[in-house]
Formats: sequence, C-alpha cells, structure tokens
Amino acid sequence: MTRRAGVFVCHCGTNIAATVDVKNVVSELAKDDGVVFSKDYVYMCSDPGQQSVIDAIKENQLDSVVISCCSPNLHEKTFREASSVGGLNPFQCEIANIREQCAWVHKDRAKATEKAIKITRSAVRRSLRDESLTPLGVPVTRKVMVIGGGIAGIQCSLDLANAGFDVVLVEKQATIGGHMLQLSETFPTLDCSQCILSPKMVEVSKHPKITLMVQSEVTSISGFVGNFKVKVHSKAQYVDPEKCKICDDCAAVCPVVATNQYDVGLTGRRAIHIPFAQAIPASYTLDEEACLGLNPVVCGKCKKACEAGAIDYDRKPTTTDIDVGAIVVATGFDLYGKDKLGEYGHGRYPDVLDGLQFERLCSASGPTGGHVLRPSDQKEPKNVVFIQCSGSRDPENHCAYCSKICCMYTAKHATLYKHHVPDGNAYVFYIDIRSGGKGYEEFVQRSMERDGVMYLRGRASKVYQSKGKLKVLGVDTLSGRNVEIDADMVVLAQAMVPSKGTAEIAKTLKIGRDKDGFLAEAHPKLRPVESVTGGIFLTGAAQSPKDIPETVCQASAAAAKVIQLLSKPELEHNPAVARVRESHCTGCEMCVDACPYEAITLVNGKAHVNEVLCEGCGTCSGTCVRAAIDVKNVTQLQVFEMISACMGG
Amino acid sequence: MSEVLEAPVQAKKEAQEFEPKIVAFLCKWCSSAGSDLAGVSRLQYPPNAVPIQVMCSGSVSPLYILSAFNKGADGVLVSGCHPGDCHYLKGNFFARRRIYLVQKLLKFIGLESDRFRMSWVSAAEGTKYAQVVADFVKDIKALGPQRKLKAKN
Repeated sequence: MTRRAGVFVCHCGTNIAATVDVKNVVSELAKDDGVVFSKDYVYMCSDPGQQSVIDAIKENQLDSVVISCCSPNLHEKTFREASSVGGLNPFQCEIANIREQCAWVHKDRAKATEKAIKITRSAVRRSLRDESLTPLGVPVTRKVMVIGGGIAGIQCSLDLANAGFDVVLVEKQATIGGHMLQLSETFPTLDCSQCILSPKMVEVSKHPKITLMVQSEVTSISGFVGNFKVKVHSKAQYVDPEKCKICDDCAAVCPVVATNQYDVGLTGRRAIHIPFAQAIPASYTLDEEACLGLNPVVCGKCKKACEAGAIDYDRKPTTTDIDVGAIVVATGFDLYGKDKLGEYGHGRYPDVLDGLQFERLCSASGPTGGHVLRPSDQKEPKNVVFIQCSGSRDPENHCAYCSKICCMYTAKHATLYKHHVPDGNAYVFYIDIRSGGKGYEEFVQRSMERDGVMYLRGRASKVYQSKGKLKVLGVDTLSGRNVEIDADMVVLAQAMVPSKGTAEIAKTLKIGRDKDGFLAEAHPKLRPVESVTGGIFLTGAAQSPKDIPETVCQASAAAAKVIQLLSKPELEHNPAVARVRESHCTGCEMCVDACPYEAITLVNGKAHVNEVLCEGCGTCSGTCVRAAIDVKNVTQLQVFEMISACMGG
Repeated sequence: MSEVLEAPVQAKKEAQEFEPKIVAFLCKWCSSAGSDLAGVSRLQYPPNAVPIQVMCSGSVSPLYILSAFNKGADGVLVSGCHPGDCHYLKGNFFARRRIYLVQKLLKFIGLESDRFRMSWVSAAEGTKYAQVVADFVKDIKALGPQRKLKAKN
C-alpha cells in the first residue's frame, strides 16, 4: 500500500520565513512521491495551525505527517499529540528542524531554502517508513534519592517525605546542614541561620520516610527514569550514632588535633569530634585520616574512654544497592579558592578572610564566641575592608559570571561588623550593587545610611602586608581617586563555584554541566530543575549561584517535579526500541556486548531484546555487521533514505 | 590554443564555486542540542552540512558513512557527546573505535581520510558546533569534489 504523507511548513512569523522561502519548500515537497498534502502556515504551533494538521489527517487519510518547523525539543510533543487527535499514531509524526539548524544560522536565502528542502525531504522519507507504535508501560519505584544534605537537599527531602514518598538522603559529610549551617545570620532579616535550619534538620532525622546516609557517596548508577539502581559507598562508621551519648569523653582524651572544616580552618578539633552541636545524626564521628591509625596498640584512648561502648575500630566501609524512581542532585557550592587570588595574597595573610570565615567570626557558635577578632592576634579590628567580586565578573582571570549573592552578604557582613564594633570603619569595594529581591535594596541602603558602611565604587587591585597592617590598594571611580586603606582585616566576597565533586557526580549520573561547571538544566527558562536525563533533577547552588530563599524555592520545585513523575501508576517507556530480524541474526553476540543497558540476551542462538530495558540508542544496530538489528522508526533503511534526501536525491 | 588556456581557468572557477555536500550525523542529546544552541545564538556557519539526527553517535554504522559517500557526499561528519558524557553511557566509545577503523578503511581504498570527521560537541557548545562545520567545509573545499566512491550514473 502506498503511504500518504502530509507536509506542513511553518513560517514561525519571520523567524523561518525571513531566510527560507517557505512557499518554495512546500511546492518542492508537493512533487515528492508519497506526499499527498502540503501547506504552509504562519505559526504551525498555534491552535489553528494544529487544527489544520488534525483536519488534513482526517480529510486526506494521511498516514504520516512531517512538520517542518523549530527543534523537535520544542514542539515534537505538540504535533504528536495533534496527530493523535487527528487519528494518526503519534510515532508517525516527524519534525524537520529548519529553524535552529537552518533559518537561524544562514543568511543566503537560496542556499538556506535548498537546505530546508533537504531537511524536510529527509524527514518525509523517514516518516513514510514510520510504523505505528504503542508506548510500553513500565512500573515505577516510589522512592527518591536526594544527593546532598544542605538546605536544598533538606527542603527537597522533607517535601517529598511529607508527600508520602520514601526518601534516601545521601550526604558526603558526617552531618547534614551544608554551608547554611556555617552562616551566622541571614540577609535581609538578620535571623539566625542555625535557628531556622536546625528544626528542619531535626525533622529530617525524625521523619519515618527519610533514610539518612552520611559520609556516603553515590558511586554508580544504572537503569532509567522510574527504575534506577544506585550504588552508595559509605565510609566506615566507627562511632555508632545510636549509642553515642555526646558526652565528649572521647574527644577529651584524643591526642590528635586536626583542622576544623566547620570553622573553615579558624580552629582545630580532635580526630574524634562532633562537627557542631546540632549535628544530625547527633553523634561524634571519627576522622579516619587524622586518627592515629584505628589501632588500639597505637592509641585506642577514645574507645577506652567511651562508657557507652559506641566506638568500634573494626567497622568497615559498606556499599549499598538502592532502587529509586528519581534522583535529585543538590550538591551545592564551594567558595572560589583564595589561593587563586594572587592579588589578594593567595590566602597567605591570616587576616584576609573569606566570607564563610567571617560568618564563623560573627557567629555565637564560632571560634570567638561571636566577637569579631582578628585571627592573627585576637584583637578587635578597627578598619575592615570588604572586597566584592573576588573572582567573580572577571572573565580574563577568574570566573566570568556574577555570583549573585555576594552584594547582599557583603552588606550583611559590613552591617554585622558595625553591630559588633560600632566605632570601627567598614569599607566595601564594589563594581555594582545587585540587590534584586524582597527587602534586599532596603537592606543595602540601611547598611549605608543607618550603619555608616562606606561604599567605594571600584575594584581593589592589591592587598599586601606592611608593618603589621594590611594595605589595600584600590580605586574609587566615583571621585576618580586612588584609594589606599590601612586595614586590620580584609574580607573577600569570593565567587561561588560548584562544590568539589560536582564534576564527578555529573559524570556518574550522566548529566551535563555548563561552561562554568554548574549542573546544566534541561531548559534555561522552562525546565529549570530537570536535567536532560529523565528522572534526574537538579536543585540549589549546584545548578547556579543562588541565595537561600531561591534555593528553598527551587528545592520545592524539584520535589514537585518528582512527585509529578512518581504519582503516575506506571511510566510510559518509549516504544522506539531495538528489534531483531531473526533471519539475519547469527548469534554472534556483538550487540549483546555493545548494549549499554544489558537489554540484549541470546535466546535460542538469536539476539533477543528486552524492550523495557532498551533505551533505543541504536548502538546495537551500529555494531551489527549483518544489519540484523534495528531501532524501530530509525531503521537502517530509513537512515539510507534520509541520506539520499540530504544528498538531493 | 584557447582550449588549453581555458582548462585550468575552468578548473579554478569550479574550485571556487565548489559547494561541498556534507552529511552531519548528530546525536540527539549533545550535538543536535549543541547545533540548536548555535541556532538560538544566531551563529552563522556555511549551509553545506545537512543534519541527520540520530539517537546516539554509537548508532552510526560504517554503512551510513559509505552510503553517504556513495550518494555523492564530499564529506561526512559524525558528532556526539564528549567521551565519558554519552547519554547512553558508552555509545560514543563504540563510535570512536568504529570511526577510527572507517578512517583507516577510507585511506586504504584511496579516499582522503579528512573527508570523514568525528567531533565531540556538547549541548552547551553552540559555538563549537558552528566552528566544527565551518572548519570542515573549508577543509573539504580545499580537497575538492569527492568522486572516488560516488556512484556512476
């Protein structure tokens, strides 16, 4: 039976029509074998445009449809649904991308039109061999893994758990809380960060639906949306959180002092320690790298001191297999390394602090009990210089992007400093003040007007030490003068960068990263919390620099997307999967080895495809030397036809 | 006399007017998305390469490449996700191995191996895609039309 194709060419206003002679594409395609209907329309995606597809299918008994328009990523779904309404199997509708891949990238009208004809013809040839397919139903695992236990991961886990889903929260550190727990106060309300975060942390620890895995990392993943299999590696838990009474007897006898990461290196802690008072799980933890060797002969003091018997040096790391339906990545940020900021001393001067260190100095739980004191001599600094955009907005040397939150937290730092040291001077070097947000601009204004923070518009060019002072050289572009300040302390508002390990997790999960290394969302505007891989979602500062309200908002958004996915009774699996032509198959097993999903096995000496496992990548068909295996609707025959069309034949 | 003079002139004119026909097999997840980004960014590149979207660069059979040359392609481009970033975990590794062999084969049968190229273009690399096509078109122009594998009509 001869197939009957319909071709619809979109003008997209002038987006396509300005470069491509749409009428010409229609008239050329109308001459092709199998094309029984063709038309152009100003906006095919509009309601009348879609209706014309529906009508044409009915009136002309079309059994394949090609829409020549924008990228299939945008409207393939629209037109497949319209085709379905018209009575056509949606998998017999193909998109020819003549906008992104043609009209927008060429200027020569004749050549662009010629290319558009080839692209459209190629899609028509393919569609003429498209068969009718029905999506496969796949069961869903109603369990979610959230990776990263900062505010983003915490919020997302709670939202999911409260919606009734089982959640596994995986955190690399010994406690959840992330960077937010290191903060002293939060802008613009100046409410205590720990006071607003710790109730959520407690809720996580008590929630019957949440399983918390600390000191754990995802090492591998297999499966697909709705049915992932994840391997999680957990460090040995030498201290049993169930038994630990948080009495501090162990730390009191521990002879080892290591750097305290929670205080960003401003203090030390013992090898056995509790990260901070509100740590969740509420337990001491043993830093095996710092510990003298987990060997009772060498030390063993803490085990002896622990009356609860919570310490066991023989614990081993574990690997756990977990089945989940969806994954949320919330791996957060780190500060741009001070060692990269040569102009500000490479992190050599003890009184040049980063933003998080300054937070710890202001915090009542910090190393100085909430008094702003210089790390070098524990004296109160009288002149403090805050340098914004340290590493941000500097495409030549550092990060090109704006880290978004630094204007606000610098205003907060300067305000807090003035509250702690009312007779001190706070100077802020800034390029621009970016204070978009509820109550943000007012907060910055208040820091200047009420708290007397001195804002200097310009970059600080250099910080160096001289006669016990930190000399800050800069320029005030508003007065047009060079500025030199003798500072007691300098606080750098360093750029936010993706946390260490983001590249690794992105690789493990096969999700993309953008040019700056942040996790890439599926669409910058319309799909901001999805990765390109179905079932894997993104949230928080791992996706882009953002502040707490925005992170919480995005975390809830990701949770909503997961709930939407897992609320369906079963997921639809793309039916364009591999199919074996048994008469050609010799059972050589090359496809079995090539399949990334272990979807092909040998049954009675012939390759057999498990359609639910098959993702339709076609690696098997590219490998088979006898063309015995093909992916439905992208068969080798179809590709050969498409090649002919591209060659003008 | 004039015929003798005209021949090289004619050849030169042909070379100048030569517009290579190129087929570009782009994987759906990285390179096709990257070419979409080139479009969204309105980057301009030569219109010679006609894209065919495939699910994965690993699905590109050597037969596709030979078929394209047979049908008159002057160059064939296969573009996929960066090694290690394949949406299908390892499809592009298969592509890479296969492509190496195809290049050897083309050389063996006397076709310039430069006529067949593989590139890694991610969804974020619109600029790279435009550059890859521009470079390829330039290089193929220098090689002139492909006649070796083209079917004689």
